[in-house]
Amino acid sequence: MASEKYYLGVDVGSVSTDLALLDSFGNLVEKVYLRTRGKPVEVLKEGLRIIEEKYPGIEINGVGTTGSGRALAGVVLGADVVKNEISTHAVAASRIFPDVRTVMEIGGQDSKIIIIRDGIPVDFAMNSVCAAGTGSFLDQQAARLEIPIEEFGYYALQAKNPVRIAGRCSVFAESDMIHKQQLGYGLPEIIAGLCEAMVRNYLNNVGKGKEIEEPIVFQGGVAANVGIRAAFEKELGCKVHVPEYYDVMGAIGAGILAREYILENKKKTNFKGFKITDFAFKTSSFECDGCPNHCEIVNIYENEKLIARWGYQCARWEAV
Amino acid sequence: MQITFPHMGDMAVAVKALFQELGFSVVVPPPISRKTLNLGVKYSPEFACLPFKINLGNFMEALDKGADLIVMGGGCGPCRFGYYAEVQREILQEMGYEFSMYVIEPGIINNIRKIRETFGPLPFRKVVSAVRLAWNKARAIDEIYKLVLEKRALEVEEGLVDKLYAGFIRKIDETMSLDEVRRLRREYREKIEDTSAKYKRGIPLKVGLVGEIYLVLEPFVNLEIEKRLGQLGVMVERDLYMTNWLLNFLHLRNDEKHIRRAARKYLGSFVGGHGIDSVGNTVRYSRRGFDGVIQLGPFTCMPEIIARSILPAVSKGEGIPVLTFFFDEHSADAGIQTRLEAFVDLLERKKRQRMKGLEYKGEIVYGQ
Repeated sequence: MASEKYYLGVDVGSVSTDLALLDSFGNLVEKVYLRTRGKPVEVLKEGLRIIEEKYPGIEINGVGTTGSGRALAGVVLGADVVKNEISTHAVAASRIFPDVRTVMEIGGQDSKIIIIRDGIPVDFAMNSVCAAGTGSFLDQQAARLEIPIEEFGYYALQAKNPVRIAGRCSVFAESDMIHKQQLGYGLPEIIAGLCEAMVRNYLNNVGKGKEIEEPIVFQGGVAANVGIRAAFEKELGCKVHVPEYYDVMGAIGAGILAREYILENKKKTNFKGFKITDFAFKTSSFECDGCPNHCEIVNIYENEKLIARWGYQCARWEAV
Repeated sequence: MQITFPHMGDMAVAVKALFQELGFSVVVPPPISRKTLNLGVKYSPEFACLPFKINLGNFMEALDKGADLIVMGGGCGPCRFGYYAEVQREILQEMGYEFSMYVIEPGIINNIRKIRETFGPLPFRKVVSAVRLAWNKARAIDEIYKLVLEKRALEVEEGLVDKLYAGFIRKIDETMSLDEVRRLRREYREKIEDTSAKYKRGIPLKVGLVGEIYLVLEPFVNLEIEKRLGQLGVMVERDLYMTNWLLNFLHLRNDEKHIRRAARKYLGSFVGGHGIDSVGNTVRYSRRGFDGVIQLGPFTCMPEIIARSILPAVSKGEGIPVLTFFFDEHSADAGIQTRLEAFVDLLERKKRQRMKGLEYKGEIVYGQ
């Protein structure tokens, strides 16, 4: 096993931190899905430890990071590729469904649509103003109703007549759900109504003006929700495919892109190795008072050594 | 009399030269910062667009520094902008500022009388030399900046082009000599040309920028989108420049003819602001072989909203990817950066596919 070359893809998102270990052909060997819990670096180290324990002594040939924490994860790991989540999701979806024409992804706090033709993305959109239709909101509602999030979708499937919930804004959606509850509608009906409202909201905002054509792949954490899946199929009137590893597609994409980059450029990886799980990473921030912009500068330290800095707009803090 | 005016890109350099050469003292508003934005947002109607808010912030900061005459654009249209000066005047007066305001309105006769009333008699010769200096500065800035947009993508030493450009703006702002302006223009043209690698690897991506003029020209409000694109290795071109706009405004140039013709298939009428320009120029960039187009507009901007809803048809009809950004005071770096990176990836893959033809599909890109 030690002679095999592996690639690692890491997706540090708002809600979850995912790791995907790929073999030398780019196939998924192992996936790790952890909650970010607001501590991206700690959780990232935890994920690495899990992989190291399961595959002791493996050689990592390339590392790619993605997600909103991609830059941070990139400097912590020594990534070869730091990619935006739209590109990584598109790559992973095309890998698993080579004919895919539409990718819908709903994550913790963002949702996106990617239109793919002949294997390359030609158009995309991301939710811009509101997170009403994303995982965090579902999480919150599941907690409010005291239903485990894993079972949330199944409630929706039991509904006979979903009620109509106003889904434009998550605060109003919640008021509307409570209102319908007080009127006496059943829980499954309300949950199914919420799923339909979220799907409507997604198609009207993120999917507006996009040519949604089959085959459609639905991925991201929310794809686990069978209620949302069913609502999509009902609204679009066609089958929606959910890949087996729907929850770590971003990480898979990052790994594939890292592999592509290493092979194409015949590079050696920058990966610092599994030893970083013992390193101490620290961040500190301060407000620069050099001008009225008051930039919030963040310093990232590895074992007391400054390794990265961002948040500035001018040359004053460029040197690390 | 202490004259001030709103910022828009590097326009202040030329406007300042104009008034100083006429013998007036000028208070240039402090560079737009978060403070400017916060002031503007606090005292503006919420649904006014971002340019309104930044203008107001500029005025407040300049009045605090001692300015007492605001020069502002006006007119009847081409969008809500025509009404902005009036509303800003009311807001500032209500806040207790004491100042007068000169609003540039259409119609020459009207203006000449009003100029005399506001600024006193101006000798013709003095006007000619002031206009000439300001115009030459503006032309030089636009010419050099056009080069910056191209060369940022190719620079060898990261950040050098921007450093040179900042130096150029500082020097051209200081000088009051026409010859020096011309010399600086030549000097910096060469210096910036020299920043690129002699041996280029591949052809960089080229993106056309369209949209509402203030959002295109002012880097603070578009979150330095041109710089971000340059850092991603993308050459940027745009039609909107201060001098270009002025030439068209004074009917010394007629780009509108070409723009209307290009837009005709998708949009047949003037829809206010730069709406038809956004559509027409997207078609023109596509015909010139650009890889993509980015549209910028302030949130709630009617002309750009119209253009935005037509652009998907243009994108499909002309086969050019288009990305739209609407900005307001809530726009954040991270969202813009992610979308830009994804857009650039998309353009790159499309270009690679086009260059390699059908071979691309068989290649190991997504694995075996």
